[in-house]
Amino acid sequence: MIKYLIPLGIFLVLVVFLAIGLGRDPHEVPSPLINKAAPTFRLPQLKDPSKTFSAEDMRGKVWVLNVWASWCISCRDEHPLLIEYAKTRAVPIYGLNWKDSREDAVAWLDELGDPYVLSVADTDGRIAIDYGVYGAPETYLIDQSGTIRFKQIGPVAPDVWSNKILPLVQELNRQGTSK
Amino acid sequence: MIRFTLVSLLLLCAIAPFAVAKEAQSTSGDDPAVEQRLKNLSQQLRCLVCQNETLADSQAFLAEDLRREIREQIIAGKSDKEIIEFLTARYGQFILYRPRVTPTTYLLWFGPFVLLLGGLWILFNYIKHRRDSLQEKPLSADEHRRAEELLASNSGKETT
Repeated sequence: MIKYLIPLGIFLVLVVFLAIGLGRDPHEVPSPLINKAAPTFRLPQLKDPSKTFSAEDMRGKVWVLNVWASWCISCRDEHPLLIEYAKTRAVPIYGLNWKDSREDAVAWLDELGDPYVLSVADTDGRIAIDYGVYGAPETYLIDQSGTIRFKQIGPVAPDVWSNKILPLVQELNRQGTSK
Repeated sequence: MIRFTLVSLLLLCAIAPFAVAKEAQSTSGDDPAVEQRLKNLSQQLRCLVCQNETLADSQAFLAEDLRREIREQIIAGKSDKEIIEFLTARYGQFILYRPRVTPTTYLLWFGPFVLLLGGLWILFNYIKHRRDSLQEKPLSADEHRRAEELLASNSGKETT
């Protein structure tokens, strides 16, 4: 009897493993940068290239860095959501415009609205490599000490925003003020 | 639908050589030693956009950026180990086609050998068991008598 149950058992174990494997999104690669220092950069601002912006400027603040591009289709899906999130003023959202032309990027913001406090232009994609970006949109939550606390690959869906990002922002802000 | 797929495949086949030609052009005239190292390295690395292509084969523009980054680091005199360290710090171990041997990858690395040994053990036991059961054993006196009886009764039936 056991002789017949062994193959069945092995089969069931395989089914469980395959089911878990199929349920996963292979495009979500865990980032090694979580809880590491956000790579520093100083880049020209998208709308005013004579000014620069650096991750260092945000020391002491909790902020969100969103990687976007005008050629990126999912960014277009995400954009109205970002505008909604920005309206709540829960956390400042900064944009990293990835491998884009300035004209296209500015036209995109003019057409669809600008949720960002400001965007910086990473025209040759070097800073994106430092951040381990491989598919826009990608979103990073960075804390007061400049540490990456959360990363979202793909659009930030409303449930991710309200269940993951906002609670983290509140917790970080509470910790920041109690110090 | 099938026709559409076929046409797109044919188109892809038609375009592919041009894409390769373009890539070859952009790298020609560079130091061949650097290009060779870049090729070796990028064949061990995964393109994160396509996931099932190496960085060497991929035409995704992130792959182009990463090849540029690797080329610059080679020219700057970085060792292969340093370059791979640079990339895994940003993209994680997933970028390595050859996963490192760590406790989380023991099953991946050694699992097949465990299966092989297990299979050999089962095979060995099976053969041993079979050989034992096939070995000719002399009949006991009792069995001999029964055999004689059976043969006798059988031949008796046939003649009648």
